[in-house]
Amino acid sequence: MNELSAWERQLLIREKDRPTVNDYIPLIFDEFYELHGDRLYGDDAAILGGIARLDDIPVTVIAEVKGRDLNENKKTNFAMPHPEGYRKALRLAKQAEKFHRPVICFIDTPGAFCGIEAEERGQGEAIAKNLMEFMRLRTGIVSVVLGEGGSGGALALGVCDRLAMLSNALYSVISPRGCASILWKNAEREHEACDILQITAEDMIRLGVAEEIIDEPNGSAKHDVYKTGENIKEFLVKTLREIFKKDIDILLEERYTKFRKIGEFSEG
Amino acid sequence: MLEDLFKNVTKRFNGNENQETKPVNNNKIPDDLLFKCPRCRNVIFKEDYMAVNKVCPACNYHGRLTAQERISITVDKGSFRPFDPDMVSKNPINFPDYEQKQKALRESTGLKDAIVTGEALIRGIPVVIGVMDTRYMMASMGSVVGEKITRAIERAAENKMPVILFTASGGARMQEGIISLMQMAKTSGAVAKLGEAGQLYITVLTDPTTGGVTASFASLGDIVIAEPKALVGFAGRRVIEGTIKQRLPDDFQLAEFLIEKGFVDMIVERKKMRSVLSHIMKLHGYKKREDR
Repeated sequence: MNELSAWERQLLIREKDRPTVNDYIPLIFDEFYELHGDRLYGDDAAILGGIARLDDIPVTVIAEVKGRDLNENKKTNFAMPHPEGYRKALRLAKQAEKFHRPVICFIDTPGAFCGIEAEERGQGEAIAKNLMEFMRLRTGIVSVVLGEGGSGGALALGVCDRLAMLSNALYSVISPRGCASILWKNAEREHEACDILQITAEDMIRLGVAEEIIDEPNGSAKHDVYKTGENIKEFLVKTLREIFKKDIDILLEERYTKFRKIGEFSEG
Repeated sequence: MLEDLFKNVTKRFNGNENQETKPVNNNKIPDDLLFKCPRCRNVIFKEDYMAVNKVCPACNYHGRLTAQERISITVDKGSFRPFDPDMVSKNPINFPDYEQKQKALRESTGLKDAIVTGEALIRGIPVVIGVMDTRYMMASMGSVVGEKITRAIERAAENKMPVILFTASGGARMQEGIISLMQMAKTSGAVAKLGEAGQLYITVLTDPTTGGVTASFASLGDIVIAEPKALVGFAGRRVIEGTIKQRLPDDFQLAEFLIEKGFVDMIVERKKMRSVLSHIMKLHGYKKREDR
């Protein structure tokens, strides 16, 4: 049971030594080959894509990449993708569909990048297209939130059959800072917003957004990256075996229903 | 320097701003009788602005309509039948003051939430239509907006009808937390279903369409129409200016910018909207009710 508050987790996942997807890939997969580019504009290093083997299963891997130092972060834009990143993700997902490989997504982003070029190249359209196409992609999709699940930029890799959260990971419609500045006109009150927004792994299970929490040993992934990697791998293998048992049409119907039923309203 | 250039252009097109506003001030006309265009800053009598369906006579900015106004100028008289008119959202994450805020808005606007959906005829052709209304929490998307859009699209898929959505939104509704984010996936999934059913989906992007709505159903139209000078984008202008520490040009993220970048099929003026929509539907094989 995770005793940390949402704010404490927010601080923890922002720590410089928190493991990133680059730490986990060698622990989880064999024969990882990175595949570059969206075939339309360029290659966005904020999203890493490739093919690999998980145990004996060939898979497609798509991941948002936080840098481990300033240089890496310059390259990966602090894991804030541009439209070409999302379009690369879609290209690789379609390729996975063609070769009947499951898709594994790792989410770890403050959000999609907000800038002139991102707007010019259709950030909104790129994310929207992923939501629609992932919903009907005829192969299994499993996503894991490693740290920050920042809004639409996270959801663009989050339309899936099963979603897991690392135990300290957060998933939110708006950054607590953004929420605080709208609500109280004071971004400094982000710790309060953090606790209001209900963004923890437990909240995601309760609200029907995630299915599983992956344990971070000794309270934080950084304390034992090997064990964390092992836990992620165990979840992925178990989940893929479950998914493989299902007829693809049933899987797609269940995927649609998973999102279809989220929403709280009353009538009359 | 670039900014100055735009200032000059704006001035040249609109005459001297001060000259136009001065007599108004002298006559002490109350502000609520006037409309100041957010694009060209031209000031006109609200009555005159309303008479031309909220289009700025100086720069052709197409202003924000209420859902009721939009429906009345778009569909055949008396043909509109609402779907789910009584749906209201709960407070799924117990967000502070959310219920009170909604109660106040329901009273002041007569709306139940930020969207009206239903069935109507446009020049005799049956269509499923949805209209967002920015008076209600900036038409942000929470459970009700997501559910009503999804149901409307699912109905159209089942009954083999086209869907037209008039979008306007500040984005996802923060007050419903992650539930609101998931509405993006839900509505986009419904659009996929409509596609599988082979039915036409038209989005009309109106001022302003931003955030999570741009990043979901609004951008997914088979045909994407925008109204002149509508603001359409993913990130808010101020957010981008904050990131790049520069002022953005005035036309950034307007419909005209979007069409140049290839994200909008056509810009259509309000007075031609009915005719364009009915022609596009006919081109896709939809027929008038009596002809079917």
